[in-house]
Amino acid sequence: MQYLEQLLFIIVLGVAIYFFVQKIKKIRRNIFLGKEEKVSDNKPERWKTMARVALGQSKMVVRPVAGIMHIIIYIGFVLINIEVLEIMIDGVFGTHRALSFLGPVYDAAIGFFEILAALVFIACVVFLGRRFIAKIPRFHSPEMKGWATADATYILVIEMILMVALLKMNAVDQVLQAKGADHYIAAGSFPVSHFLTGFFTNFEIPTLIVFERVFWWFHILGILFFLNYVPYSKHLHIFLAFPNTWYSRLQPAGEFANMPEITNEVNLMLDPSKADPDMPPPEKFGANDVTDLGWTSIMGAYACTECGRCTSSCPANITGKKLSPRKVMMDTRDRAEELGKAKDEHGADYHDGKSLHDLISQEELLACTTCNACVEACPININPLEIIYQMRQYQTLEKSVMPTEWAMMNSNIENNQAPWQFSPSDRANWTKEI
Amino acid sequence: MSKQIHVPTVAELVAKGEKADVLFWVGCAGSFDERAQKITKAFVKILDNVGVNYAILGAEESCTGDPAKRAGNEFLFQMQAMANIATLNAYEITKIVTTCPHCFNTIKNEYPSLGGTYEVIHHTQLLQELIDEGKLTFGADPFKGKKITYHDSCYLGRANGVYDAPRRILEAMDAELVEMKRCRKNGLCCGAGGAQMFKDAEKGNKEINIERTEEAIETGASIISANCPFCTTMMGDGIKHANKEGEVEVLDLAELVAQAKDL
Repeated sequence: MQYLEQLLFIIVLGVAIYFFVQKIKKIRRNIFLGKEEKVSDNKPERWKTMARVALGQSKMVVRPVAGIMHIIIYIGFVLINIEVLEIMIDGVFGTHRALSFLGPVYDAAIGFFEILAALVFIACVVFLGRRFIAKIPRFHSPEMKGWATADATYILVIEMILMVALLKMNAVDQVLQAKGADHYIAAGSFPVSHFLTGFFTNFEIPTLIVFERVFWWFHILGILFFLNYVPYSKHLHIFLAFPNTWYSRLQPAGEFANMPEITNEVNLMLDPSKADPDMPPPEKFGANDVTDLGWTSIMGAYACTECGRCTSSCPANITGKKLSPRKVMMDTRDRAEELGKAKDEHGADYHDGKSLHDLISQEELLACTTCNACVEACPININPLEIIYQMRQYQTLEKSVMPTEWAMMNSNIENNQAPWQFSPSDRANWTKEI
Repeated sequence: MSKQIHVPTVAELVAKGEKADVLFWVGCAGSFDERAQKITKAFVKILDNVGVNYAILGAEESCTGDPAKRAGNEFLFQMQAMANIATLNAYEITKIVTTCPHCFNTIKNEYPSLGGTYEVIHHTQLLQELIDEGKLTFGADPFKGKKITYHDSCYLGRANGVYDAPRRILEAMDAELVEMKRCRKNGLCCGAGGAQMFKDAEKGNKEINIERTEEAIETGASIISANCPFCTTMMGDGIKHANKEGEVEVLDLAELVAQAKDL
């Protein structure tokens, strides 16, 4: 019977890891649908950024309530996973509390995890309250309808269930320990679950063992389910926040990349000696689809947890315009998923003929003031502006679709060297009035 | 005040065999826009008063290409950039100061990879340097106790991380700086950036400049200080919209310094 349980556990674990890896491979493929980018310069600075922003959560605490609650869940997640490691060992080898040989350290750790579990539970309650009772506006933007809000709710509820399962498991365990049941060696300290034992003390050992096993299995199955839920969810940020911050831009935020293909074209016109005559003329300017974006932009889309700090600091969005930087990231992910699925069905070279512009309208793109507020607000350095800007370039350069005022502005710059229609020779007229 | 100031051009100095220490890049707004010309003139008066050895390009200056680039027209941007770089390099310009944060950002960050590398500073940085060096001094507490708020432009602030220089100028003039809720890294755009200045805003329920000006008015300051000709225009329009003309003024830091020194 015991071996059967171990075998069952190993099979379940194997299946869960298999599906997780398969999905991660697909996501990796989708991310690399984007264009190659040179982003591994200045490694020391990149490690520092990752340590500060992802590991150290430096941008989360800009908004203190959400920041502190998030740090509790984050620390809880990372540390309680040490206990999950023990659960895995116990599951595979049929041991019980395999790490208890650590003695007082073990007892302290289990006690600390229990306190964390309780705090995580409370933080999840606060987060649900912020969404559904306080109704913080950024959680109720149009793009949050349907799956986005459901996804956020599922995650919080799953986390709460997992924490309850962990505490209940410990509660039964300590009753079993107290009753001297075989196999249940006395180990751990239970500052929280100690209060949950009342219900269990009246049961006999065999029933308690059933309870303990049920909670144990419930907890680990919950974790394995969660592992496989995460890649389909906004919760993928728990992994991707790290590479996303590592690969984030190190240049000044105001620096918009110059297109080398255009430099060559301009050189051919102005100074052919500087141009490379063999450089092929550019195929396409700007971004029509996710395949035209840099791969880090698509990674950003998968890393986005839809917190909406970008949207809530976007001047266009604040004043009722259609643009929402969060929606830009969500659309980019949806489009990468859609194109990825189409490629799965029809082969790697297939393109479904659709584009990112089917999801993001010109009205949204035109509302951007390029102010970088969204970039600054993102707790994990996602850059919605880069996508907006490259899509705008496509509209302007490939489609010549732009407001007439911009067309006039461009022709003024071209003919009068200023965005307004003044004579260039009058440029210094002001000097006569001083 | 009545003193006639001669603004030298680089070409003129070269003809005399002289060289300016710093090029003042005036920018299109500063050259042509009536409101922005006041900033330009104020800055020139300060340069003249302090005795900075500067020159302008005059008619040889041309749009940096910033609005074309932000509107997605990379081709036009690079045409402008290359032409400007050719001019700047021909005159062997090494240091540039500008009163426009858009010109500042473009020349500083986007010209180097096209062959134009210069030391580029914003005028608020130069003013702060002059104050630190003791070259720019003020009489007895010009703005003592006066409540002044400061609007961070996106292209000086978030885009380039310059937050302190403008504030230190206010401090040097003894003004009482009252910050808006959204300031520094969290500063709210005036609505003009990304070539929005040159088109109508998209459909919404409020203009961005009105949202920002309301926030500035709430501080109770009688002066909104700025560092960008476009922000100055946008906030000025916001003041008109709020019927606060006469109560609240929008002034560039160069104008404030010129005022404090009675130039």
